[in-house]
Amino acid sequence: MDDLTRILKGLPFFEGFADEHLALLVGCARNERATAGSFLFREGQDATTFYLIREGSVSLNIHAPGQGPLIVQTVSENEPLGWSWLFPPYTWHFDARVEQDARMVVFDGLCLRTKCDKDPVFGYELIKRFSRIMTQRIEALSFQLMDVYGERS
Amino acid sequence: MANAPDLMAESAVLAEAPDPMRPRLFRIAKFTHNTHDTFTVALEDLETGAGIGFRPGQFNMVYLYGVGEIPISISGDPQDRSVVIHTTRAVGTVTKAMRSMRKGDTLGLRGPYGVPWPVDRARGRDVVIVAGGIGLAPLRPVLYHCLAHRNEMNKLVLLYGTRSPVDILYREELESWRARFDLDVYVSVDRGMEGWHGNVGFVSTLIAKAPFDAGNTTAYLCGPEVMMRVCATELIKRGVPDHELFVSMERNMKCGIGFCGHCQLGPVFICKDGPVFPYPRMRNLLSPWEL
Repeated sequence: MDDLTRILKGLPFFEGFADEHLALLVGCARNERATAGSFLFREGQDATTFYLIREGSVSLNIHAPGQGPLIVQTVSENEPLGWSWLFPPYTWHFDARVEQDARMVVFDGLCLRTKCDKDPVFGYELIKRFSRIMTQRIEALSFQLMDVYGERS
Repeated sequence: MANAPDLMAESAVLAEAPDPMRPRLFRIAKFTHNTHDTFTVALEDLETGAGIGFRPGQFNMVYLYGVGEIPISISGDPQDRSVVIHTTRAVGTVTKAMRSMRKGDTLGLRGPYGVPWPVDRARGRDVVIVAGGIGLAPLRPVLYHCLAHRNEMNKLVLLYGTRSPVDILYREELESWRARFDLDVYVSVDRGMEGWHGNVGFVSTLIAKAPFDAGNTTAYLCGPEVMMRVCATELIKRGVPDHELFVSMERNMKCGIGFCGHCQLGPVFICKDGPVFPYPRMRNLLSPWEL
């Protein structure tokens, strides 16, 4: 078993993935590092990848004119980052800024989409996992929007 | 039917008993602004020059003469009886007036009242403290207790969520707790801003990240009700037994001792039966739209 396979096998996001599907993932993956302060992607850029953070943290920022960047979420150890590579028009909707030096596995989106189309079982497994993450993040964001720590708390 | 001497004896006993509705005078020994809208007062009894004994989770009725009376949780160290400490947010008539008070000013106090956190239950177990916003104040005595009895429990975890970096309560203390090797502190804010490098996300998202043995955990939660409901659900999902979750409730109180019924929530009076409740007792009362 090569290093990348071992790394992916140990990530909770891929827990329960069949070995042949892990092999498909490995074919589209590479290890990367990023230093604090750098950007993984910027709003409006082509979304060609997704990331699994192994160490460090990355913040998702949105800009409003005159207000500077607003951080809406941070993604850290063992968490996936980015799903815009899955859906047209394949562009990022946020800026992703590295907050703490990060190690991550980077996946080529086009490579993965091609494999998903060829192997729907693999695609379904991947989509199920992303759907769960999306649901969790939308739930968390809705509570953030409620501003529950406001005056009534 | 009681005879006359019995009634006289009873009257004498009642006359000697302290009137639970009569505040004692306390002096502000120290006043601290914590954030832009929260502050802490350390109070000394005018007669004794000391604080009062209390158990974590209990509250006092704090009376500003000519303004009004409100319940405020005690947020100091239960082992330190030199002063009684209250942290609150300037949000209503009384707390806004309190914010303009200074060292040496006096106010009235009745208490301590209420059912405390069952801290002894944590013996031999992991402890997870989940606080939201000003909800960290009623939980701080639990943390002091746990740190004072650190060898009696396993993992000790504090998960704290608040609105933004400028709203972080007890910031210096959080930093010193985070530096300890026997306490895991996670802080998350709902809205980050430039210069903030910590977590951004609802406090419930910290539950999956924190290191604790869910099956052997006792958890104490305090904050807005929606936050407690969501966090309790996440803790149960992770495997914490629901009977090991405890929540602190808040309602408008008037008497603080179960006479008036102002703080009634369903079948309970928050002041007398709470404010701390086992989660299973509150679960159905945290969900309805209006109660």
